[in-house]
Amino acid sequence: MKQVFLTVTANIPLTETVFEMVLKGDVSEVKNSGEFINIKLEGKYLRRPISVCDVSENSLTIVYKVVGGGTEQMSQMPVGTKLDVLVGLGNGYDLAPAGDKPLLLGGGVGVPPLYNLAKRLIAAGKQVSVVLGFNTKAEVFYEDEFKKLGATVYVTTADGSYGIKGFVTDAMKDIDYTYFYTCGPEPMLKAVYTASNTSGQMSFEERMGCGFGACMGCSCKTLTGYKRICKEGPVMKKEEILWEN
Amino acid sequence: MGKLSVNLCGIELDNPIIPASGTFGFGYEFAELYDINCLGTFSFKGTTKDPRFGNPTPRIAECSAGMINAVGLQNPGVEKVISEELPKLKACFNKKVMANVSGFAVEDYAYTCALLDKEDQVGWLEVNVSCPNVHGGGMSFGTNPDAAAEVTAAVKKVTTKPVIIKLSPNVTDIVSIAKACEAAGADGISLINTLLGMRIDLRTKKPIIANKMGGFSGAAIFPVAVRMVYQVANAVNIPIVGMGGVTTAEDVIEMMLAGATAVEVGAANLVNPFACRDIINDLPKAMEKYKINSINEIIGGCK
Ligand SMILES: Cc1cc2nc3c(=O)[nH]c(=O)nc-3n(C[C@H](O)[C@H](O)[C@H](O)COP(=O)(O)OP(=O)(O)OC[C@H]3O[C@@H](n4cnc5c(N)ncnc54)[C@H](O)[C@@H]3O)c2cc1C
Ligand SMILES: Cc1cc2nc3c(=O)[nH]c(=O)nc-3n(C[C@H](O)[C@H](O)[C@H](O)COP(=O)(O)O)c2cc1C
Ligand code: FES
Repeated sequence: MKQVFLTVTANIPLTETVFEMVLKGDVSEVKNSGEFINIKLEGKYLRRPISVCDVSENSLTIVYKVVGGGTEQMSQMPVGTKLDVLVGLGNGYDLAPAGDKPLLLGGGVGVPPLYNLAKRLIAAGKQVSVVLGFNTKAEVFYEDEFKKLGATVYVTTADGSYGIKGFVTDAMKDIDYTYFYTCGPEPMLKAVYTASNTSGQMSFEERMGCGFGACMGCSCKTLTGYKRICKEGPVMKKEEILWEN
Repeated sequence: MGKLSVNLCGIELDNPIIPASGTFGFGYEFAELYDINCLGTFSFKGTTKDPRFGNPTPRIAECSAGMINAVGLQNPGVEKVISEELPKLKACFNKKVMANVSGFAVEDYAYTCALLDKEDQVGWLEVNVSCPNVHGGGMSFGTNPDAAAEVTAAVKKVTTKPVIIKLSPNVTDIVSIAKACEAAGADGISLINTLLGMRIDLRTKKPIIANKMGGFSGAAIFPVAVRMVYQVANAVNIPIVGMGGVTTAEDVIEMMLAGATAVEVGAANLVNPFACRDIINDLPKAMEKYKINSINEIIGGCK
C-alpha cells in the first residue's frame, strides 16, 4: 500500500450515471488485477474504495457509478484535480488457475475490475469469454472495450432491451469454460456460485473504515477462517466462501 | 527529558502520541508504512479472554467529520495475542506497548490481565470498561461507579503494571466514575471511548449498521472529549490519557491543556494512515507557535 497524489486527466460519462476517470501519477504500487484504491474526497470523512479498472506505467483508470455524495462529487471533478489516494489495496485475482478458456462475469459496476484481468489473461494466450450483465440497454458500457482486447463478449440485460434477456447466469450455461472470475452485486455472486461447474474467484464489497486492514470493519467469515475484505480480499476463492444468509 | 517527552504512570514516553485501540491493529500493519518506533507507544486492539469474530457487517457508517463503528471487539483472544501477535510486534516495535483489555465479566478482565501481566513487552494495561456486563443485565461496566471500581480492583490484584481505566462517555456523570476508579486503585484514566450513535439509510429506510447502533468517533467528537478530560482532570490526582477526535498537533496541545498527560489518536489513523507520524512531526512547530518550550509543562494548563 502506498499513499500517492494523482491528477485527474480524464473524467467522462459512459452512461447517465457511470463515469470513467483516468488518474495520472505514481501507480507503481498497483500489482494485480482486481485490486482497489481508496480516494480521499473533500468534505468526506472516509475514503471511497473503487476498483482498478486498468493500469499502465503512469496512470490508472477507474469506472464508478454515482450513488451518493462522494461519487457525485467525483463526477463533477475537472481535469487537473489532484487527489490523495491509497493505492495497492486488496489481494486481486490470481491468474494461475485460469486454464485455457477462462470466463469473466461482471454485473453493473462489477464489470470494471475484469477489464485489466481480461487484458492480462489474453496477453497470456488465454481464450477469454466475458459476460457483462446490466439491467437495461441504457446502462451497458465497455462492450466494445472488451471486444477490442480480443475477448468473446456476451451482454445480458434483465429487461431484454439489449443482448441476451436475463442474468449473467443465463448466458453462462451455454459457454464452455475452464475457470471463472466474477465481480458484481452479492445476489449475482451467489447465482454464479451455484450455476458454475468449475472452480473460480469472486470479488466482494463491504463498507470500509480504512481499506488497509487496520479497523476490522470489513471482516467476513470464510471456510478458511476470518478474513478482511480489504486485505485478504476482496477476491475470494469459490471453495472458501461461506454464505451466511 | 526531551521537549516532547512525558511520563505516563512511571514510564517515560518520547512523545505523548499514542494510536488508540482498534485503529492500529497490533502495529505491524502500520510498520510497513513507517517506523512505528517514532510513537510514544500505541494501544493494541481490544483483547478478550476468548477469541471473538465480533458483529455482523456492515460495521461502519460515515458521518460528517466522523464515523460510527460496530466492530464488536474482533480479536483472536488473549492466548493467541500473546503467542502470535506480540512476537510479530516485537520485530518492528522496541518500546513498551499499551495492552487494551475488554471483558464481559469481572473474572474475564482479571484472567486476561493476569496473562498480559507476564509479558515484558506490555507497559500498561488499558482496561476498557465500556463493555456490557453479562452478569449485570447487560449494562456497561463503565456506566456504574461500583461496577467500574470492581473491575479496577480485580485487575489491580493480578498485576504490578500500571492500570489505566478507559471510560465510556455515555454516562451522566463521568467524574463520579473516574473517582470511583481512582479510589479502587487505578493508576490512570483514559477517555473518551466512542459515543453511542446511529445512522439510517434513506434509500432502504433501515439502519446502515447491522447492529443498528455503534460507536461514534472522529473529529466531530473532539469538543465533547476535551470537556470530559477537563472535568476528570480537575477531579482526580492520577494521570489522564485524553482522546476523542484528535487529528492535528494543535488538537494534542488543546487536549493536554485540558489535563491529558498523553493523547491517543483513533479514527484519524484510518483516514490518514500516517496521521500519528504527521502529528509527531508537526508538534514542535505548533509548540513554537504557541510559545511552549516543553510539552510537559502544559499538562492541565487550562484553569
Ligand atoms: C473493494 C471495493 C471496490 C469497489 N469498486 C467500485 C467500482 O469499481 N466502481 C463503483 O462504482 N463502485 C465501487 N465500489 C462501491 C463504492 O465504494 C461506493 O459506491 C462508494 O463508496 C459510494 O460513495 P458515495 O459517497 O457516492 O455514497 P454514500 O452512500 O453517500 O456513501 C456513504 C458511505 O458509505 C460507503 N458506501 C456506500 N456504498 C457502498 C458500497 N456499495 N460499498 C462500499 N462502501 C459503500 C461509502 O464509501 C461511504 O463511506 C467498490 C466498493 C468496494 C468495497
Ligand atoms: C474501528 C474502531 C475500533 C475500536 N476498537 C476499540 C477497542 O477495541 N477497544 C477500545 O478500548 N476502544 C476502541 N475504539 C475506540 C477508540 O480507541 C477511541 O477511544 C475512540 O475512537 C475515540 O477516539 P477517536 O475519535 O480519535 O477515534 C475503537 C474505535 C474505532 C474507530
Ligand atoms: S476496512 Fe478496515 S480492516 Fe478492512
